[in-house]
Amino acid sequence: MTRIALTALMSHWVRNWLQLAMLLAGLALATALWSGVQALNSEARSAYATAESLLAEGTAERLDHPSGQIAQDRYITLRRAGWQVSPVVEGRHTLGSARVTLVGIEPLTAPQGAGPALAAQDLNAFFAGRAFAHPQTITESGAHDLDLHPSDAVPVGTVLLDIGRAQEMLDTEALSYLHLLQTQPAGMRPLDTLAPDLRRVPAGEGAELGGLTDSFHLNLTAFGLLAFAVGLFIVHSSVGLAFEQRRAMFRTLRALGLPLRTLTACLAAEMLVFALIAGVVGLVLGHLLASFLMPDVALTLRGLYGAPVPGVLQFNPIWAASGLAMTLGGAALAGAQALWRLWHLPILAPAQPRAWARASARGMRLQGGVALALAVLAIALTLGGDGLLTGFGLLAAALLAAALAVPLVLAALLRLAQRGARGPVAEWFWADSRQNMPRLSLALMALMLALAANIGVGTMVASFRATFIDWLDLRLAAELNVMPASAQEAAALHPYLSDRADAVLPMMRVDATLKGQPGQIYAMKDHASFRDNWPLIDPVPDAWDRLAAGEGVLVNEQLYRRAGLQSGADTLDLPGVGALPVLGAYADYGNPLAQAVLTLPQFQAAYPDAPVRQFAIRTSDAAGLTASLQEEFGLSSAQITDQAHARDLSMSIFERTFVITRALNVLTLSVAALALFAALVTLAGMRLAQLAPLWALGLTARRLAGLELARALVLGALTMVLALPVGLMLAQVLLSVINVQAFGWRLPLQVFPADWARLALWAMLAVLAAASLPALQLARQGPADLLRVFSRDR
Amino acid sequence: MQHNLAKPAIHAAALAFGLALAPASLPAQGFAGLGTDAEGFAIPQRGTALQFPADHGPHPEYRIEWWYLTATLSDADGQDYGVQWTLFRSALAPQEDEGWDSPQVWMGHAGLTTAEQHFSAERFARGGIGQAGVTADPFVAHIDDWHMTSHAEEGADALDHLQVHARGGDFSYDLEFIAEGPLVPQGDAGYSVKSPQGQASYYYSQPFYTVSGTLDLPDGPVKVTGQGWLDREWSSQPLAEDQAGWDWVSLSFDDGHRMMGFQLRGTEVFTAGTWITPDGTPTPLPDGAVQFTPLHHTRIDGRDVPTHWRIEWAEQDLSIETEPLNPNAWMDLSISYWEGPLRFDGSHSGRGYLEMTGY
Repeated sequence: MTRIALTALMSHWVRNWLQLAMLLAGLALATALWSGVQALNSEARSAYATAESLLAEGTAERLDHPSGQIAQDRYITLRRAGWQVSPVVEGRHTLGSARVTLVGIEPLTAPQGAGPALAAQDLNAFFAGRAFAHPQTITESGAHDLDLHPSDAVPVGTVLLDIGRAQEMLDTEALSYLHLLQTQPAGMRPLDTLAPDLRRVPAGEGAELGGLTDSFHLNLTAFGLLAFAVGLFIVHSSVGLAFEQRRAMFRTLRALGLPLRTLTACLAAEMLVFALIAGVVGLVLGHLLASFLMPDVALTLRGLYGAPVPGVLQFNPIWAASGLAMTLGGAALAGAQALWRLWHLPILAPAQPRAWARASARGMRLQGGVALALAVLAIALTLGGDGLLTGFGLLAAALLAAALAVPLVLAALLRLAQRGARGPVAEWFWADSRQNMPRLSLALMALMLALAANIGVGTMVASFRATFIDWLDLRLAAELNVMPASAQEAAALHPYLSDRADAVLPMMRVDATLKGQPGQIYAMKDHASFRDNWPLIDPVPDAWDRLAAGEGVLVNEQLYRRAGLQSGADTLDLPGVGALPVLGAYADYGNPLAQAVLTLPQFQAAYPDAPVRQFAIRTSDAAGLTASLQEEFGLSSAQITDQAHARDLSMSIFERTFVITRALNVLTLSVAALALFAALVTLAGMRLAQLAPLWALGLTARRLAGLELARALVLGALTMVLALPVGLMLAQVLLSVINVQAFGWRLPLQVFPADWARLALWAMLAVLAAASLPALQLARQGPADLLRVFSRDR
Repeated sequence: MQHNLAKPAIHAAALAFGLALAPASLPAQGFAGLGTDAEGFAIPQRGTALQFPADHGPHPEYRIEWWYLTATLSDADGQDYGVQWTLFRSALAPQEDEGWDSPQVWMGHAGLTTAEQHFSAERFARGGIGQAGVTADPFVAHIDDWHMTSHAEEGADALDHLQVHARGGDFSYDLEFIAEGPLVPQGDAGYSVKSPQGQASYYYSQPFYTVSGTLDLPDGPVKVTGQGWLDREWSSQPLAEDQAGWDWVSLSFDDGHRMMGFQLRGTEVFTAGTWITPDGTPTPLPDGAVQFTPLHHTRIDGRDVPTHWRIEWAEQDLSIETEPLNPNAWMDLSISYWEGPLRFDGSHSGRGYLEMTGY
């Protein structure tokens, strides 16, 4: 009996293969987008874990100096006092054709970690110069004379080697910082008296990539979830349709004696099999998608956060398992309604397909109530909320409220149109559209969400881009930037440059904890390059003069907003300087760290050991100066960056940042179009009975098909119109809430109507594509098919 | 997991020493006056006179070297204690260079044994940077804050008066060692043979220390006095290929005699020793003269360690049985072995130290 039941159930899919294809495609796509995003996230996170486990970052405290350097005899002094510390030397270095970070360790004293374990493989060779790097770094670096061995334990862009070699290559005799081992003997002189100038940094704070990149991953996850939800709309509509169409079959099977329990189990098993098939296909697609996007994600993370993420995706079974679980859960969610209805189906209920969920006034009121409640929640979150999660909660509530309101608003609009309609066909058109609204509402809600997301994210990116370009042009006022390789070279370059350039602006910085956040203090020479080009946020009067007089600090917008500072009212504690009034904030896009700026003399007094890392040079003869620097000092081209190059570099990082966002945007819209297609195909099958009487009254099948097409376009256009304010609201939230929370900067909203027009065009094309197949089928419907409707009529 | 993370990356360092302490895989090439092995390390030569104070200092051209101090101590209540302070040097290449280029690696071991507890700690350091090392004159051996510093008077041997300190996670000690007798060369005037094939080391001792000072234990400081013994040894291939470990004792007899004895366990057992009169006159004991018989084993960390021994020297009618102060004196470090104080009885009685490796 079960076998017969299963055969009967399956026969439906054989006859309605398109419906089956929709169901599987919906599930597979939902799985693919969700799991693809998760694959990207997990790959990046495992890269962060690699970076942190290299030197036991999570477990060993650090001792560092604001200048970023510790003399080596300080290490000996601390060891000879009994303190268990281990030295590390870090620095940027050009290796072959790649810029890499050299990490020099002392494996005998280092805290346990992947790095010392690599060194221990052959200590003799390690001391003699063997180095380790990620295979990708080895490929990127090309030819060089380092004995470089591949290891996945080393983060991308890092070269692990012995501390002595690292000092040689970086041309330094100093250390970068010391690891303080977790277990220390008792009874030593305290560090406060032994090394009062060294800062004790808690374990893990030095490399909190996880924290900095959280917002990026949350963004990706939100997108993945949105795509998954849209995909589930497709599944839901296919499953619902299949249920409606098989009502008669269910009744017959029940009447033949098939127990309800068995029938339900059969349907559930059917759903499970479909979910498994679609889930596996989805995982494969998701992995392909992620592999395709991974290089861009890696570049984004490296550019934005300096996070060492390889551009190649590794397969991770945990990711696959969780993706599949999500598919099964989603399928269960989408199919639950159908199963529940089957369970409550009276055996003698009319075996006729009815319009799905005929919109009762009560149902509509309920949906409206939920939408209203969500809108209220969103407003409450706007007013009272704080934090990134609240921001996303606000977005979710607002989007859901808008989505739920879509059928209500559309119904109202259609009613309005119906009132203005003249002639029987027009009146029928509007009435019939309203009648079919509930059937299409899910798909239209999905379309609205996708369009709104598109508008919102597009507006955010475009606004950011416009602001960023203006800011970048001001920021990159210096015609040349020169990076000295060592303190000696810096000392030699400074007078040489001063003689030949209009202005030489040395860039120095020290690391510091600012308001409890990892940050940096920069030196700024009082110069028009800054006064003219750095627009300040909330400046006190004469902020630049007061800065030059050493009466305060400027902070970057990130620090200003995160710490809730107020210019003129608040002060900032700087190590070695004391508390100074905050004079204003400056925009500092793309930097995850807190930052403060001191005037140059004050900085040099407080941090005399800080090396010059870069000279910004104002000159009218950039090319000539570059040539003479290369000639007289033998500077490599990597050490000199001109304005245009710096701008290109920054822009390319910026553009890459949003490649992923754009790609996911397009994919989400595609899924929404597919959802609409699924709904229309479904509807077409059921509407023959409604359309046949019109055909009998004299409307040609072709005319009817045209009307169907027109209806889809009207509904699509109305949805697009509704999506516009929702999208702008989304953009506003992204710019003024999410961005502030995630990155620390607030951006002005700018509108780009041309982008909307382009999107509307694409949306209409998508709707047209989705509606044309059912319309074409209708147009080709022969008289026999239409007549048969009446023969079945009861 | 916690305790793993707390430790330094000791595997690396142990590896460096594993090279040196494990049985050498190359046959000795010390014959024909070549004096170096395949990797250029110097090989001890019979008939080379020890030079002081120079030989108190390091010999970087040899692969392995140690300054090994033990003491059997008692407090005012008659409680026994044992203390070990060792600085090992291991060379990755037979030379010394400046700074991080130095191929010399240093390892410190400290042990403190009571009847109930055994404490141990270790330190590692690269040579060349000042974190660890030994100078012969003025004599200082140190790694981190652990040190063995000479306070000998002008004209006396540098090792005659030492101040010694070490510190672990839960113990530390500060002890003063004063020699009551001369330095004693082991083997043939300091040339100590380790196998029938001829592997050998340079080896001398100062077995006549009286010791006083303070032990810092978790329960508080304890004043102690007792006797101490310093071993100095350096070589490039101390063991033959088939030798898996050794059992070594230093014994202080109640009548003022001293004795050093060891057996190297290989396909055949190789023994050697030195009988030392109270005035410091040594008599080398050839292979086979001394006999080691295990009497009782103690199960430690899945190993059966022979912690009680009968030691016999038939020629002198010497037959003693040793009993450790604490049979669990296991040095649970990156290179692990048993090292602890003992008392002995039988034909003679006294106190001593036992070291056992390769279990």
